Amino acid sequence: MIFQLAVIFLFLALGEFVVWLTGVPVPSSIIGMVLLAASLSSGILDIRRVDKAADFLVKNLGFFFVPAGVGLINCLGLLSEQWMPIVFASVLSTFVVIAATGWSHQAARRFFSHRNSSKSSRHGLSD
Amino acid sequence: MDFLTNRYFLLAITFGAFLAARRLQRWAGGTPILNPILLAIIAIIAWLLASGTPHSAYAPAGEYIDFWLKPAVVALGVPLSRQLSVIRRQLIPLLVAETIGCVVGIVSVVLFAELFGATRDVVMSLVPKSVTTPIAIEVAQTIGGIPALTAAVVVATGIFGSIAGFKMMSLSRVKSPIAQGISMGTAAHAVGTSAALDRSARYGAFSSLGLILNGLLTALLAPFILAAMGYSV
Repeated sequence: MIFQLAVIFLFLALGEFVVWLTGVPVPSSIIGMVLLAASLSSGILDIRRVDKAADFLVKNLGFFFVPAGVGLINCLGLLSEQWMPIVFASVLSTFVVIAATGWSHQAARRFFSHRNSSKSSRHGLSD
Repeated sequence: MDFLTNRYFLLAITFGAFLAARRLQRWAGGTPILNPILLAIIAIIAWLLASGTPHSAYAPAGEYIDFWLKPAVVALGVPLSRQLSVIRRQLIPLLVAETIGCVVGIVSVVLFAELFGATRDVVMSLVPKSVTTPIAIEVAQTIGGIPALTAAVVVATGIFGSIAGFKMMSLSRVKSPIAQGISMGTAAHAVGTSAALDRSARYGAFSSLGLILNGLLTALLAPFILAAMGYSV
């Protein structure tokens, strides 16, 4: 487990290094995630060297942000002043995201399967 | 009274609140409204207010748990790599749908928030509302939002999406199972994914793909989309 955690922290440190080096406005953890996925898929890193720690962390993702949510105690004033834009913008935008993502995926699938129908049916991807 | 601000005591409260909330949800048949994350947050806030414990005393205890957010996001690289063969096969439709979903999500929430008169820091806090919280908090910090507000809005969006998402899909005629799965993950991250998993493993797989890709795209694109909308980040 220590080795597995070391792998995770190595990739996090790599992400921090890339951010420090380039100054990109992207979270270091995201860069670490992409580098980890790339190393796994290219075969540089064996998934068995990291999967146990990763599965534990991913499975408990929700718990790790409880303290961040408790920080809401500092925004209770803000929430009571601006609850309307917060609630309406979140609800309306969620609806728009679901429709936009769903429609564009259905349209893109249809478009690309018409262009290349033999390929997609060979993979058994038709719904 | 010193004991109330003891950080190990506050850590124990945090673990206890989460475990109790999870038990309550299971006891109630797993209903998504009783989200254990949200319940734990409410319970801890209620305790801090009732006992007169300042948040400045809770924060050092919370940091021990907060600390694991970043490594947990890195760890998402493992499920991402497991889905890589599916992503490769469907790369173009997925990227098209995810990019449109991500851009539409950010632009729409900014426009709606401004329409209803939100201040700038609140607008920025809402930008990453659809992505999984560790990523959302990082994005909020990067673009000048309030991480605590973002965390709360993300949980609320996830719960709302998991309750109303499939209803919204039938209203907007999103019918294909893959499209439904990725829409759920794109709009309502991990909370929506658990609702998708209740339907089938396939829904869950595509929903987690949606949550990973939208998290990634939002983190990568948000600063540029906001800059294009005239915000200096």
